[in-house]
Amino acid sequence: MSSSTVTATIRTILAEHARLGTDVSALSDTDDLYAAGMTSHASVTVMLACEDEWDIEFPQQMLKKSTFASVAAIAAALAELGVGEQASA
Amino acid sequence: MTGTIEVQTERHPAPYGSPEELRAALLDAGLLVATRTDGVYHRSGEFEGVLQAVERYAADQREDATAPRRWFPPVMAREDFLRTDYLRSFPDLVGSLDVFSGGDKEHRALLAELEDGGDWTTHLTPAEVVLSSSICHSLYGTLPTDVPAAGLLTECCGFAFRHEPSLDPARMQSFRMYEFVLVGTPDQAVAHRDAWLRRGRDSLAALGLPVRVEAANDPFFGRVGRMLAANQLTAELKYEVVLDVTDARPTAISSANYHEDHFGLPFGLTTPDGGVAHSSCFGYGLERITLGLFATHGLAVSAWPDEVRSTLSC
Repeated sequence: MSSSTVTATIRTILAEHARLGTDVSALSDTDDLYAAGMTSHASVTVMLACEDEWDIEFPQQMLKKSTFASVAAIAAALAELGVGEQASA
Repeated sequence: MTGTIEVQTERHPAPYGSPEELRAALLDAGLLVATRTDGVYHRSGEFEGVLQAVERYAADQREDATAPRRWFPPVMAREDFLRTDYLRSFPDLVGSLDVFSGGDKEHRALLAELEDGGDWTTHLTPAEVVLSSSICHSLYGTLPTDVPAAGLLTECCGFAFRHEPSLDPARMQSFRMYEFVLVGTPDQAVAHRDAWLRRGRDSLAALGLPVRVEAANDPFFGRVGRMLAANQLTAELKYEVVLDVTDARPTAISSANYHEDHFGLPFGLTTPDGGVAHSSCFGYGLERITLGLFATHGLAVSAWPDEVRSTLSC
């Protein structure tokens, strides 16, 4: 899966689970999702949806608010876990 | 979120060395009577008298005399309990009630199982009620879903149950709180939480208790819970007014919580602009404040400082 596909999938997950006050397509990759209305509980739902989507488990040190603060932050965390790396390989 | 709440971490010398030492003193003085179950106590007349004085004192801190007051029974509707999503975050603390709904034949089978030393509870079925998981959880399902522009302020008092058997007398399985709950816009909810945190702290300090405010997190369960707890701390959603009752750890005697839309969403509460209502609450922990008063001022009310007795009218 390319990194652009990963980003698109993250956006689909956010549209379904983040309960943002605005349309996710109106946000840039670096816009703050919490500022856009994502709550603490919603961020956990997003985290679990990412784990299901890519069959991964976020390690303990990644289970924090900043990991899910933006599309780019989520993509970076996923890249650390090997998701979306094929594009650069 | 606010950046203006004065959080302190410096501890005070505590009157007791350990929870076990405090427990022994309370039992020796007859203020609490232990039962067969850890964390479940009978309260003496003197203890309950102080607790009721604390409840009146907490209620007297109200600023809006028009807010309705409700005293809840120790059980709540299972349906409302499920909507709070408590099972997701705190499955280890839940108290679900089972009842018998069979006839004579089923009753005989239950008694036969009991006599055989078997698990008689398999003859029971889940009731339509559960033990209240938190005071304000009983409230949301009874509020009008169209929240007025000024928000909805309600005072609630009642019992909560947490299944966490412990020898620490501050960690009872069944305890009461007096809460000031606001449902409204996000800004209203945060302002309510912050104003009450200060008012609550000051009202407790006025009882001669050397309290301070700490950022806190709930004991969310499991792996997901660790993320919720970290988020709660980072987002400054929860503060506690703590007192050093023992040297072991500070004891939270009140808490101020911003729930975001955690209750507004499942209970369908909306603000006039069409948004999901947010909520917050400040809760006075009645047993813990009472324990704190006895630990700080002594085990006999007659020997307490006059100003404390006068403030509490006890």
